[in-house]
Amino acid sequence: MAVVELDCKGLNCPMPIVKISRAIKALAIGDRLQVTASDPSFKADVEAWAKRLGHTLVEFSETGGVQSATLEKKVG
Amino acid sequence: MGDVDPAVTALVERLVSERTAELRGEVERLSSELAAMKPRTVSDRATIIVFSGDMDKLMSAFIIASGAVAMGLEASMYFTFWGLAAVKKSTLYSGKSVVEKMLSLMLPGGPDDVPSSNMNMLGMGPMMFKSVMKKHNVETLPDLVKVSQELGVRMIACQMSMGVMGIQREELIDGLEYGGVATYLGDATDSKVTLYI
Repeated sequence: MAVVELDCKGLNCPMPIVKISRAIKALAIGDRLQVTASDPSFKADVEAWAKRLGHTLVEFSETGGVQSATLEKKVG
Repeated sequence: MGDVDPAVTALVERLVSERTAELRGEVERLSSELAAMKPRTVSDRATIIVFSGDMDKLMSAFIIASGAVAMGLEASMYFTFWGLAAVKKSTLYSGKSVVEKMLSLMLPGGPDDVPSSNMNMLGMGPMMFKSVMKKHNVETLPDLVKVSQELGVRMIACQMSMGVMGIQREELIDGLEYGGVATYLGDATDSKVTLYI
């Protein structure tokens, strides 16, 4: 299981999900994407994105304005 | 066990074959109905008519289109009337009538040159918005057009409104398709999301 990091800090809507959707394509099923972001709408957006595409949001945390989401690729 | 009466065997066979033929007919009827319905089912597509030429509205349109692709949808944008400014790359004057030349002079030269829907204040509004956007690292309209193209958003320019606005194909960005209302409706009837901006 590979873990790939993706920095989306400083990016605004719609760029975080655009970048995530690109990055997840390069992963194998079971791999994880570790995303950091500062966009205030990031939590809602990443949740909706994962739900819609069938991936799992394994973990979400926020410390000092930086949000961190761990996504697991579930479908090809 | 004794032999079964041939008359009974014949009766059973006749009933079975009748029932099989009935079921086969039913399956055939259902599969042809299914085949007829398939083209009419909605696919994962978002369709946006881009009518407005305002910076803020155009930004919404491109954010939704690029977001749609990120969400696993296919996206189509139809540029008509004022919305054509978003896909303009240059302004040409040669070969145009006097009225067309005047229109070209008055219309925005491209996505970097469009007014805002409110607080335009002779172009001061967009300048202020752009400086705030730069500070907050928000994608500008030309950036969003580029991102949407890179993501493979289908972009169609309305040929009829191009004629009305005196806009030629050479003035628009590469990679556009040209079409009319049927092109839009073809995609729209097949879309889960359709918007008019």
